Amino acid sequence: MSSDVAVIIEHLEGVLAEVSFEMLAKGRELAAAGGGQLWGVLIGHGVTRLAGELGAADGVAVVEDERLAHYTPEAYERAAAAALQALGPRVALVASSSMGLDLAAGLSGTLGWPLCGYCKDVALTGGTLSAVSQIYGGKLMATAEVPGEHAVCAMLPGAAAAAAGRRRGTATLREIPAPALDSLRMRFKRLIQPEAGDVDITRESILVSVGRGIGSQDNLAVVEELAQALGGAVSSSRPIVDQGWLPKSRQVGKSGLSVKPKLYLAVGISGAPEHIEGMRGAELIVAINTDPSAPIFDVAHYGIVSDLFDVLPALTEKVKTSA
Amino acid sequence: MDIVVTVKMVPDLVEELEVNAEGTDLDRSAVRLRLNEFDEHALEQALVLKDRYGARVTVVALDSGDVDEPLFTCLAKGADRAVKVTGDFQDGLSTHGAAAVLAQVLGGIPHDLVLAGVQAPDDRDGQLGVLLAAALRLPHVSVVTAVEPAGDRAVTVRQEYAGGVVGELEVDLPAVLGVQAAPQAPRYAPVSKVRQLMKTATLETVAAPAVEAGAGSTVTRLARPEATGRAEILEGAPDEVADRLYTILADRGLLKQ
Ligand SMILES: Cc1cc2nc3c(=O)[nH]c(=O)nc-3n(C[C@H](O)[C@H](O)[C@H](O)COP(=O)(O)OP(=O)(O)OC[C@H]3O[C@@H](n4cnc5c(N)ncnc54)[C@H](O)[C@@H]3O)c2cc1C
Repeated sequence: MSSDVAVIIEHLEGVLAEVSFEMLAKGRELAAAGGGQLWGVLIGHGVTRLAGELGAADGVAVVEDERLAHYTPEAYERAAAAALQALGPRVALVASSSMGLDLAAGLSGTLGWPLCGYCKDVALTGGTLSAVSQIYGGKLMATAEVPGEHAVCAMLPGAAAAAAGRRRGTATLREIPAPALDSLRMRFKRLIQPEAGDVDITRESILVSVGRGIGSQDNLAVVEELAQALGGAVSSSRPIVDQGWLPKSRQVGKSGLSVKPKLYLAVGISGAPEHIEGMRGAELIVAINTDPSAPIFDVAHYGIVSDLFDVLPALTEKVKTSA
Repeated sequence: MDIVVTVKMVPDLVEELEVNAEGTDLDRSAVRLRLNEFDEHALEQALVLKDRYGARVTVVALDSGDVDEPLFTCLAKGADRAVKVTGDFQDGLSTHGAAAVLAQVLGGIPHDLVLAGVQAPDDRDGQLGVLLAAALRLPHVSVVTAVEPAGDRAVTVRQEYAGGVVGELEVDLPAVLGVQAAPQAPRYAPVSKVRQLMKTATLETVAAPAVEAGAGSTVTRLARPEATGRAEILEGAPDEVADRLYTILADRGLLKQ
């Protein structure tokens, strides 16, 4: 059985995603535990030059084709499957990202390799692969044993330190011939950049961030008042944006923006992994939530288990009168 | 266009989730179920397509318990057919297993477009949409936030990446999409209409075929995350905690002078 580890490297518009380095760091641990090699897998067109940034790997397998110039789930899945078949690793690490949601399950489906999604950790002990998945909105962790000779693990961003996987160098290059990419059933049209909002939440030092616990759009006034009193801005979780209550430019998280304010006050936000991904770098995190087991309390420094409609007005009042 | 929406009941995350005595699964007798939020968006996306361009919308659910009323709710919102797949699903089913069953069931239901919620809170071994697509050998796209027809045999879809960057893809039909968010918030079905449909409409039922579902991994432990660095909880009446929070912010120089 192979003890090699392959990391599907994620990149967009020529820039490697942070999670790629995190996976290389985790991959190095796994490869060391099993005595195998660590491979980075680069898929795209004109991407071989990125291999120089993947010095943490022993080897970089490259699948180049002009039809891989832009990410499309179908073509990338075929290319990744070809690479994994050629490398035959014990475990393939894929980012649990938008692209990874396609690829990890897609590879499991087409290669028939078992899959562990939403991994916080993966370990190889005496040849046994185990994975810890964060599920139920971050409320529970499932540890699973994965039998067989190969497996796919989808790694949550933030599961390992990127620094350890960030090494320039000269990993051996291995070209993998592109698989048949004719009769593709999807075509890339264009990339749409986000519209700039009235406020750039990535530059604010104080964010009052609101989640579904706010109940209705009218209630947003309660958070706006506090943000104003504190001299900060209002940001939000995804459902608030999906409801059309705030513009997309205020969304914090996986498919929104990453923020690092001095203060992040999360009100009525449960703390799903996709939200945490965008705010865990805040200097001080305070959470207000009626549910004592809300996962947001696991990342917050201070927590208040209470109705936001009781606490916020009191705090706003205090800030206003003491100013 | 024939659109199939797969929907599923999942534990309501606002509730306390209890783990069984073996520590390997939820205590399923104690969970309150609700329709997966992302599936509601998938249904909404289907209904928006139906409203704008005309389509026949069929909702399919595995009968994992308490699924009748949610299915009638889908009909009340505007779905044309509701199919309940009966079988022994009470103890939960791996996503690989669910995909294998649904792939067989979809053999008997016309589908140009299959919409599934992008993920479910209990997915541990893959998203249903992607695995269903693999089983049906259809193209798939996950994290979809918009779907529009592109001629008769294709759709234009938007897929979201980090930072709000969006990719636009054209996908030939039939295809499976994992819906993240519909273009509008899921519509509401009046309770009276649901009640009325429960009396007058019928759910179609199909017995689950026997399938080989080799997902692979076995859960050995299910537990709350270890409380590393858990928040210091400020206790007291709202006024008191507001005062304490004010002091914490002031001490850290976070308040305007
Ligand atoms: C691919 C993908 C990308 C995603 N990207 C993002 C993203 O970028 N950002 C993001 O936020 N989410 C994202 N999500 C969605 C994420 O999974 C969650 O659904 C979302 O974060 C939940 O938002 P919420 O916490 O506001 O709502 P909920 O999870 O519904 O939580 C509401 C909370 O409010 C509390 N509450 C209710 N009433 C009150 C009250 N009166 N006072 C105090 N508390 C109260 C409840 O206890 C609950 O904890 C993504 C999901 C996927 C699949």
